[in-house]
Amino acid sequence: MAVDKNMNVLIVDDYKTMLRIIRNLLKQIDFNNVEEAADGGEALAKLKAGNFGLVISDWNMVPMSGLELLQEVRQDARLKTLPFIMITAESKTENVVAAKQAGVSNYIVKPFNAETLREKIEKVLAHA
Amino acid sequence: MLEPAQLPQRLAQLGARYPESDPEMVADVVRAVLSSMRGDLSANDTALLSEVEELAQTLAAARAEIAALQADDINDSHIPSATDELDAIVAHTAVATNIILECCEKLDELGPTLTGAAGQVVQDVTTRVYEACSFQDITGQRITKVVATLKAIESKVAHIIAVFSRDQMGGALPPAASECVGPDINDPASLMNGPQLPAAAMGQSDIDALLASFD
Repeated sequence: MAVDKNMNVLIVDDYKTMLRIIRNLLKQIDFNNVEEAADGGEALAKLKAGNFGLVISDWNMVPMSGLELLQEVRQDARLKTLPFIMITAESKTENVVAAKQAGVSNYIVKPFNAETLREKIEKVLAHA
Repeated sequence: MLEPAQLPQRLAQLGARYPESDPEMVADVVRAVLSSMRGDLSANDTALLSEVEELAQTLAAARAEIAALQADDINDSHIPSATDELDAIVAHTAVATNIILECCEKLDELGPTLTGAAGQVVQDVTTRVYEACSFQDITGQRITKVVATLKAIESKVAHIIAVFSRDQMGGALPPAASECVGPDINDPASLMNGPQLPAAAMGQSDIDALLASFD
């Protein structure tokens, strides 16, 4: 199935530099409709108000973490099937297990490369 | 006068009266007990009491040495200075990273205007630079962990200083610094540990395999 690269993508990170990096990498693989949020709470508000086809979120944020955002998304009737990729430096088994149990679509560990990002995006959107 | 058989009871009474007694007081008590005892002490009793007195003197000397170290400086000056330096590192690298990204974005804009393979080369190079710039996030998180460690040391030092100066605090012991606990998968906060050292971290292929094991 062809990936719709015109979809709205929400990227969530409390590190502005990281948002900038991910936005640029997405642009290079032709995802140009990108919005940003600085934590889980801001992201959830944008997701409820907007129409997004993919969320790419960091984990380690306050006051609402990426895991808590994922849990909120999966409990929302409209958003519960939204593809959700976690990009994080948290690389312990318990983190991956917790994210999977919460319903994460895929999990990328930092530092990552553009090819991994592209591959995971294509994989989760193919199963969406 | 005290009989040798009464010694344990007498020591217990004194111990109950001075639950937070300092080493000098222990040494004084031992000397007082020795001087007030009547009858022959066994060799074991004498050796034991001598060792208690010696231990008390060692503790008193250690206490004096720790006081002389001016450990307050660690909390008042050294640790705040170290955390400020680390914060400055994060700030400087953030500025540098954003300048690099800005330059990279300008190159990216040039890419489509270039002919032949040059455009692809520019995009490949800028992709590599974007990837490399994520070091800023990782190092920032690692430095945050170091700062947290310094703060834990600060707390432990404060506890030690308080213990060794409790005479000035009316004998009250401060609460012990909290101990580390393992992660709780049901507690989101306990799962935020930041980047692991390379030897302990799972790589992307390990994570892919773990995720696949759920399918």
